[in-house]
Amino acid sequence: MSRTAPGFAQPAAHRIRGPAALALCIALLPLAFANNYYYEVAVLVGLNAITCVGLNLLVGYAGQISLGHAGFFGLGAYGSAILTARYGWPPLGALVAVTPGVAALAYLIGRPILRLKGHYLAMATLGMGVIISIVIATEDRWTGGPDGMSVPPLSVFGFTLQGERAWYWVVGGCLLLAVWLALNLIESPVGRALRALHGSEVGAEVAGIDSARAKLMVFVVSAVYASAAGSLAAHYSGFITPSKVTFFHSIELVTMVVFGGMASVFGAVAGAAVLTMLPQFLTLFKEYETVVFGAVMMGTMIFMPRGLVPSLATLFADRGPSKVPP
Amino acid sequence: MSLLRVERMSKEFGGVHAVEGLDFAIEPGAVFSIIGPNGAGKTTLINLLTGVYKPSAGRILFAGRDLTGRAPYEFAAAGMARTFQNLQVFFNMTALENVMVGRHLHERCSLAAAMLRFPSLARAERACREYAVGLMEFVGLGEHVGARADSLSYGALKRLEIARALAAEPKLLLLDEPAAGLNQTETQGIDALVTQLAARGVTVVLVEHNMRLVMGVSHEILVLDYGKKLAQGDAATVGNDPRVIEAYLGAGVA
Repeated sequence: MSRTAPGFAQPAAHRIRGPAALALCIALLPLAFANNYYYEVAVLVGLNAITCVGLNLLVGYAGQISLGHAGFFGLGAYGSAILTARYGWPPLGALVAVTPGVAALAYLIGRPILRLKGHYLAMATLGMGVIISIVIATEDRWTGGPDGMSVPPLSVFGFTLQGERAWYWVVGGCLLLAVWLALNLIESPVGRALRALHGSEVGAEVAGIDSARAKLMVFVVSAVYASAAGSLAAHYSGFITPSKVTFFHSIELVTMVVFGGMASVFGAVAGAAVLTMLPQFLTLFKEYETVVFGAVMMGTMIFMPRGLVPSLATLFADRGPSKVPP
Repeated sequence: MSLLRVERMSKEFGGVHAVEGLDFAIEPGAVFSIIGPNGAGKTTLINLLTGVYKPSAGRILFAGRDLTGRAPYEFAAAGMARTFQNLQVFFNMTALENVMVGRHLHERCSLAAAMLRFPSLARAERACREYAVGLMEFVGLGEHVGARADSLSYGALKRLEIARALAAEPKLLLLDEPAAGLNQTETQGIDALVTQLAARGVTVVLVEHNMRLVMGVSHEILVLDYGKKLAQGDAATVGNDPRVIEAYLGAGVA
């Protein structure tokens, strides 16, 4: 009997087990939270995790790359900010309008650039991110330019969401939803098509998969994840600046995905969690903070080249029956 | 009516004629073999027939439709499936999932249905899984159903590609050297599998060096040499053709 792949034996079971474990984590974490600062960091983790789960569908599963996803995060954030602050839209209405708008834009941008492969695709998406970031920084009439703009709080049917604790539960719920949708997608014919074209594009094509269409679809889905996280982030922080729309934030997002483990939904969550929290701990090292951060990154990639979650999963799978979902 | 018709088809790579002015037709239910010395253009021809390469000139008509210049997935949608001489297995997936990908054309579902996992999709997925398991058993991979593709032996991967191609329920199955790189026992297994497929009435295009297999199962054989048709006919006709013997064994023997 050949080695059984982790998590593939009972797909139906792990589609429930994974999110259940995550829900338990989200529910129990606050017991360890000493003050509001912990909630604040946890919300940031959650928002990054939502973006990364989406980005991982594109990068980890479909094998494409985007070095411009902070752009979609920014479009969601500024879209919501402008509609609510400048035009007085209700936040939920703005979210519902902005997300399909970003999806449409991702479709238009993705159509020509997803024909590119490898380094060329990386360059094209990088250019896209830079353009979005420049537009946001210079159109100060709308966006407040480099000074940023304030955003009204998230209110739903007259109930206003305020305080880190309330946000924690909302973002936690959104992350669970994001994870559940992503797991469903991966275990469907659509998700199999994406993974197949990562494995062999010509093999996927001769099996009847329109690879151009599949890539475009997952690009749009990942942009929607980033945009929704951006909208939430804008309302949460109440004030946004172009700093979260920069090329560096795009790189940060890809790093989280690779660090946590490509082609692993929970890897993306873990990567976002570790790399969002790490700088908070590393303040202990004062001026050596960046050096230690770099060392942790390099060490992980050398000793766990497949990323945190898949490497640990293999480690535990070798010791006993696998319990780690994809 | 022919299932596949190729008219005056040529393929050039930077001035080199890999395939030149080919004409032939494949009848439904036939096993059509393509043979020829190394570099004769056999794999190029298979790539042309499945849309992986676009012909420089000529036409390909399949099941009554002109597919010339279309993408490989459109050839697949029209009813073609193939294997590769140099495997194109999805090593990032399980063996079973590889075969399930072969069902893609029969398992179309919308993005919303996939992400929300509609109950109808869950049912279709179970059926797809069972179908794929059945095919893995048919090609002799029954004990590898839960295995990762990258844990399979080379011989098993060759069979896995055949199962994946069969999963599409193709009108035409193209096998590019299914026995290449296999030892004698494994080759005999593939022989038996191809013979079994032929007996089931699957229309097969077979590229193979193993003459015993080719002569045994083929209804028609096309002999290529330097990208051109050297001979065409049944096993007896081709086997006794002096030009074929010369191309294989060198001048002076015939």
